Amino acid sequence: MSDNKQVTNPASGSAAAVQEQQRAVLPPVDVFEDASGITLLADMPGVPKEKLELKVEGDALLIEGDVQSHTPDGLEALYAELRVPRYRRSFTLSRELDTTRIEANLKDGVLKLRIPKQAHAQPRRIAVTAG
Amino acid sequence: MYASLLNQPNSLFGQFDLLRRELDQAFGVLDLPSSIRSVTPGTLPAINVGRTPASVEVYAFAPGLDASKIDVSLDHGLLRIAGERAPDIPDEDANIHIYAHERGTGSFSRAISLPDDVNPDAVNASYRDGVLQISIARRESVQPKRIAVQ
Repeated sequence: MSDNKQVTNPASGSAAAVQEQQRAVLPPVDVFEDASGITLLADMPGVPKEKLELKVEGDALLIEGDVQSHTPDGLEALYAELRVPRYRRSFTLSRELDTTRIEANLKDGVLKLRIPKQAHAQPRRIAVTAG
Repeated sequence: MYASLLNQPNSLFGQFDLLRRELDQAFGVLDLPSSIRSVTPGTLPAINVGRTPASVEVYAFAPGLDASKIDVSLDHGLLRIAGERAPDIPDEDANIHIYAHERGTGSFSRAISLPDDVNPDAVNASYRDGVLQISIARRESVQPKRIAVQ
């Protein structure tokens, strides 16, 4: 929310505004793995699809989202627990994950990422022959 | 005695105290009053409250809820928000390895005391992008009025 700027720093000068740009909340996540890939769930309430950014660079995954403000004009903050209207978190992926086939879904502020494993990294049963 | 240790210029404890205060300042802890019903950071949902001349706005950051199952009630100026979040991790499955489980699940209930001038009959609640926004109108008598000079 844009009004959070007044909340976090009532006497915000330009230096404070720059700092505000870089500050972000670490969203809580669930990460679990099954045989075919990894699922990541992140709580990012207030972030619409257009303000969500997902980046994969090498084996680094960056999740970033801005909270869309729907505040009426002249809103004066009385009390705030979420003071930085931005979420950011990054993860290091491993080589057996297929970053070209990541599926992302954002619903009601919960981001769901499905990162499949490379075909060759899928588990295989190795037959043992007697002899 | 502790006070005198803290007050001693350049003493170790004084430096710690200074550092703590600087950190509080840097993270904006000192800038805002906290509510009597505030909870530990990280508790679901986080709540922001704001005021305009015409209404009081409450934002509850509660992602992944079923909007029809959120319970909002207003009683004697106390706004209560209750709901439940189902776990997203499939359990009882031996083939799954869980690496991080930071997202809270289960039921929650939070209460916010509202200013005295709100009108309990004019409440609007909407749920969008995981944020529950509740807008409570304020009584007209407190809204700013322009007074004509004769």
